[in-house]
Amino acid sequence: MKATNMAEIEFLSRSTNEGFARSAAACFAAQLDPTLDELGDIKTAVSEAVTNAIVHGYPDRLGKVLLRLRVLPEQVLEVTVRDWGVGIPDVAQARVPMFTTGGSERSGMGFTIMESFTDTMRVRSIPGKGTTVTMRKRIAQRASAR
Amino acid sequence: MRETGRCVYRLSGEIDHHRAQQLTQELQTVLDTRLPGALELDFTAVSFMDSSGIALVLRARRGMEELGGTLRLTHLPRQAERVLRTAGIHRLVEMDQDGEGGER
Repeated sequence: MKATNMAEIEFLSRSTNEGFARSAAACFAAQLDPTLDELGDIKTAVSEAVTNAIVHGYPDRLGKVLLRLRVLPEQVLEVTVRDWGVGIPDVAQARVPMFTTGGSERSGMGFTIMESFTDTMRVRSIPGKGTTVTMRKRIAQRASAR
Repeated sequence: MRETGRCVYRLSGEIDHHRAQQLTQELQTVLDTRLPGALELDFTAVSFMDSSGIALVLRARRGMEELGGTLRLTHLPRQAERVLRTAGIHRLVEMDQDGEGGER
């Protein structure tokens, strides 16, 4: 699908960038005039995807994370989070609720929340090469904007 | 000596993986030193929460189970409440939305 606007941000896999990434996504999404709830959904989904890249993509080194934001036709926001880390050997297993290879501070609910808070989610991963998560969310056209 | 009273622990700011370790340690200190009979996690000042908050709440629940006490989440902003509901936490822990809840 052809994008009408696009932004890309590349950052190091430091946990302090989790807040930066979700705020940047929210700022970009503002052009679609989302509700506070929709904005909250976007920030949450981005936070989960970026945290996965930082925690699981690069478990023992720093690496680069790419956040790509696109506006697609019909008020659809597309968020892509990509890393070049270790990859996920079994994506289906990783998407199972409560499954985690993280410690006690992780809940294993990241993918479940990304799926619930967006319209579509696609995960592509190659062990040793990295992981790409693409999520799309349609922002409702508000009556006042017509 | 076991303190049987109610303890209100006020969370604030953005609860994410970046802050998870610090928050978990702070919560554990509250559980270990106050030994509350009833713990209330007050979310009034929480501006954002992702799934890291689920792990934190489950840690609090486990701690209160060990102490034989109760856990309640109060003044939950909508965004944090949606995250917890998606994980089914409302079936495990008493939750009051923002505007409901007990006295401050």
